[in-house]
Amino acid sequence: MSATGPDARAIAAAVRAGERTAAEVLEEHLGRIAAREAELHAFNHLTEDAARAAAAAVDAAVAAGQDPGPLAGVPVALKDNLCTRGVPTTCSSRILEGWCPPYDATVVTRLAAAGAVAVGKTNLDEFAMGSSTENSAFGPTRNPHDTTRVPGGSSGGSAAAVAAGFAPLSLGSDTGGSIRQPAALCGVVGVKPTYGLVSRYGLVAFGSSLDQIGPFATTVADAALVCEVIGGHDPADSTSLPEAFPELTPHLADGVDGLRVGVIAEMMGEGISPDVAARVRSAAEALASAGAVVEEVSVPAVTHGLSAYYLVAPAEASSNLARYDGVRYGNRVDAPTAGEMMEATRTAGFGDEVKRRIMLGTYALSAGYYDAFYGKALKVRTLIREDFDRAYASHDVLLSPTSPTTAFPLGAKVDDPLTMYLNDVCTIPTNLAGHPAMSVPYGTGDDGLPVGVQVLAPARGEVAMFRTAAVLEGSLR
Amino acid sequence: MTGIDLDRWEVVIGLEVHAELATRTKLFSAAPNEFGGAPNTHIDPLTLGLPGSLPVLNEHAVELAIRVGLALNCTVQRSVFARKNYFYPDQPKNYQISQYELPINVDGWLELPSGQQVGIERAHLEEDTGKSTHVGGGGRIHEAEYSLVDLNRAGVPLLEIVGRPDLRTGEEARAYVSELRAILVAVGASDGKMEEGSLRVDCNVSVRERGAAELGTRCEIKNINSLRSLGRAIDYEAARQVDLITAGDRVVQQTRHWNEDDGRTHTLRSKEEADDYRYFPDPDLVTLDPDPSWIERVRLALPPLPAARRHRLAETAGVPLEQTALIVERGLDELCLAAVAAGADPARTITHAEHNLSDERARALDPAAFAALVGMEVGGQLTATQAKAVLAELVEQGGDPVAIAAARGYEAMDDAELEGLVDGLIAEHPEEWARFCDGDGKITGFFVGKVMKATQGKADGKAVTALLNSRKG
Amino acid sequence: MPSSEPDAPITSADVAKVASLARLRLDDAELERFTHQLADILGHAADLETLDLAGVEPMAHPIPLVNVLRPDVPGDLVDRDEALAQAPAAEDGQFRVPPVLGEAP
Repeated sequence: MSATGPDARAIAAAVRAGERTAAEVLEEHLGRIAAREAELHAFNHLTEDAARAAAAAVDAAVAAGQDPGPLAGVPVALKDNLCTRGVPTTCSSRILEGWCPPYDATVVTRLAAAGAVAVGKTNLDEFAMGSSTENSAFGPTRNPHDTTRVPGGSSGGSAAAVAAGFAPLSLGSDTGGSIRQPAALCGVVGVKPTYGLVSRYGLVAFGSSLDQIGPFATTVADAALVCEVIGGHDPADSTSLPEAFPELTPHLADGVDGLRVGVIAEMMGEGISPDVAARVRSAAEALASAGAVVEEVSVPAVTHGLSAYYLVAPAEASSNLARYDGVRYGNRVDAPTAGEMMEATRTAGFGDEVKRRIMLGTYALSAGYYDAFYGKALKVRTLIREDFDRAYASHDVLLSPTSPTTAFPLGAKVDDPLTMYLNDVCTIPTNLAGHPAMSVPYGTGDDGLPVGVQVLAPARGEVAMFRTAAVLEGSLR
Repeated sequence: MTGIDLDRWEVVIGLEVHAELATRTKLFSAAPNEFGGAPNTHIDPLTLGLPGSLPVLNEHAVELAIRVGLALNCTVQRSVFARKNYFYPDQPKNYQISQYELPINVDGWLELPSGQQVGIERAHLEEDTGKSTHVGGGGRIHEAEYSLVDLNRAGVPLLEIVGRPDLRTGEEARAYVSELRAILVAVGASDGKMEEGSLRVDCNVSVRERGAAELGTRCEIKNINSLRSLGRAIDYEAARQVDLITAGDRVVQQTRHWNEDDGRTHTLRSKEEADDYRYFPDPDLVTLDPDPSWIERVRLALPPLPAARRHRLAETAGVPLEQTALIVERGLDELCLAAVAAGADPARTITHAEHNLSDERARALDPAAFAALVGMEVGGQLTATQAKAVLAELVEQGGDPVAIAAARGYEAMDDAELEGLVDGLIAEHPEEWARFCDGDGKITGFFVGKVMKATQGKADGKAVTALLNSRKG
Repeated sequence: MPSSEPDAPITSADVAKVASLARLRLDDAELERFTHQLADILGHAADLETLDLAGVEPMAHPIPLVNVLRPDVPGDLVDRDEALAQAPAAEDGQFRVPPVLGEAP
């Protein structure tokens, strides 16, 4: 295991109490980054100077008797698809290399307002399309637990940064598992909240009806705190729910006595590594001994999740990524006419996985195929949500593996897109339904690498989800 | 190319009108919606199509769309915004947010001043594009060296009003656009300025032999910048299509560009190479489903609309509907109604409003003074000519018509005085009188002119003519 | 080669067409490779064919919100110079692009 520093709540408490300075906390983390970043490549861009200024401002506030907020002096790493004013935001794509947004994402603003100190932008699969962070135009990120292996993806840089102790917290985005799967592979906590509970304003869109921002942390309590800080209504996002993020921190110690837990049958058999399935079973046992009512439950439509997802997400992406055309920002490859310039720019600027999904999505939406592909996938989405609804009628939360396997070696799946996609088979149905889910580290597999257990909940079911996660976390101590 | 034989051919016209809505900000973002301004000064993250930017719908744009929908007798319904995907440099996201399968307004109609009803298929919300300027090559698009893109207009709210193919002549098409513009202005939805591009007209034209059940293949004409061009473009295009068919060719469905300079339409592109727009519901936006109470509030707040105003005036004044069109267009109907209510003779009131009140200041005319003037004329105290002169002064300066008439020395001539004058003239001009008696109508003016000269215009021309006829025996 | 079979879920001609719609250029080798990969992915999605979807409503969005509206009030703008500084080419306060052939639809 790689060493991480104190958790975010401990740091913030010490900084607010004047026991430690934010500057000192920051230097400690920058030191860890300096020691291992070259090996791991978690970051696309470090913002040491801005971070030092932010930390100094936090310390000044404390010295002046003000409270800098619940994340006072806590270093955070931001996935490089979150817009940061004046700081390069690349999505790990050549096409956006060097682009500096003129505005901050809502989550970035809220973190700063809570006293957090942003240290840099983390690597990802290009435009968040991938499950290994190998699709980055700027080279892969490596798993801190075993640098021959992938950290998962697409938020691999954010997961690795927390696992390596570069920052106690980071943000990622999750369209089909892009927070939970790398959290599992890197042995940290990762949360995808209910769709609409965290503003997407300033998140570079991949699949707009699926994307959701969430935290990575070393503890369940830290993850809860970040959700409380970044969540809640934002008038800048039409799909933002009108309410505040449910209060989590007061319920973390509530336990699971009487909670009804279902283990998803379809996610425990074929395609799931036996050592991973075994960890999920022991997690279920731990919950049962803490007083939960645990049983197996069938959610049949989830087996069609992958197929529906690989029509819906690429369709939305094909349209979302049309704006990268070399006209207003980003890179351009010149050509004699505007149309040829756009084509040359996009051909040179996008990597293969992005092109694959753009073409897949364009096909799924094109005349004559809409009903057969996109239209059908939307109906399957309804079936999946209905099957989840049935399961949640008699269960408070569901349990499954986060990823079918532990971290796999770099290069093992890059040439076979379909095999790569199968990594997300357990995480995708949640995004299609718009529900929350989180990955909690739960020991290791036969190879000694981390295994994550996924806790799923119905829309707005975060309180039960976090109570369950807290009990699982406690059961390992 | 010659004019077409309208006994044989029928022209079928349907118009798509894009109206820029008079909001303060854009359809989906808070950048200003203003005409003009230095290039790229009305921009924000969404207008620029920046990564991470998101649309949020402008409530006032929806309100204006509902106003227009109700004014066009549409059903206002649940609607969904979709993305229309196509690449173009002045389309910052490379998709346009528009309502596709479920538009906000459907199935309405408007009534032309002639009383003809024209169907409205739909009136939906969408965002405008930016503007490209083509530099070099004399500004011609195909010869340009490069292009410049200004995004000030990108994202401005548009209402696209799709009319049914119920129009048959260029004149009807012009009347339709005029009427639509009057409605848009009346409800405060648009300033209606075609020259600033606030109102843009695309025109679908096809021709068929009279009696044919099927519509002919249509062409869409773009770049029509005035009502005058609209009529010319339709006439040209209809003739072009008839010539093609007469020559044994077929009309190819395509988009054509109206060129004001040479008075022709030119091929833009053929629909056979039509784009595949890949419409799908915009996942960044939610369903729009206006509450019935909102729609009702908007309905109650609508001002009286041109067609209703024409009907009211025609009924009140007892004149044909056609006679009210100009009066309502000039906004003089309230004045006429008030004058009639004050006792003025309706027919004379309408005649004055239609012919003698083109001055813009006429709208400020005091209805009581107008009614009094009409009363003096009908009562014989003023001749038609005098009444017109007094009316002009009333419009210019206001005041009391009695005082104005007196100041001008207008007095009604008494009948005996006029008879004496006419009899004298007959005696002085026996030759002319003989011609008059032989039925030479043209000589009437000779006598009327003499009378007018002698009375300094005080006499009533009609009374003089009647007197002459009575003397003929 | 699955892509040339009549029942293939996607052919190389289809891929060439979508690439063109999406403004991507593919050389012959890429066309063949992408066609195989997309056929694999769509082949996997054939499981959807087995589902009875009659009467099932499409779910375009996970949350059933309606009427999210903002007041018609001007807000923050992006400074023109800042915006144009990010552009690959600019001139006279505008974005400069190679000549545009043809009108917008």
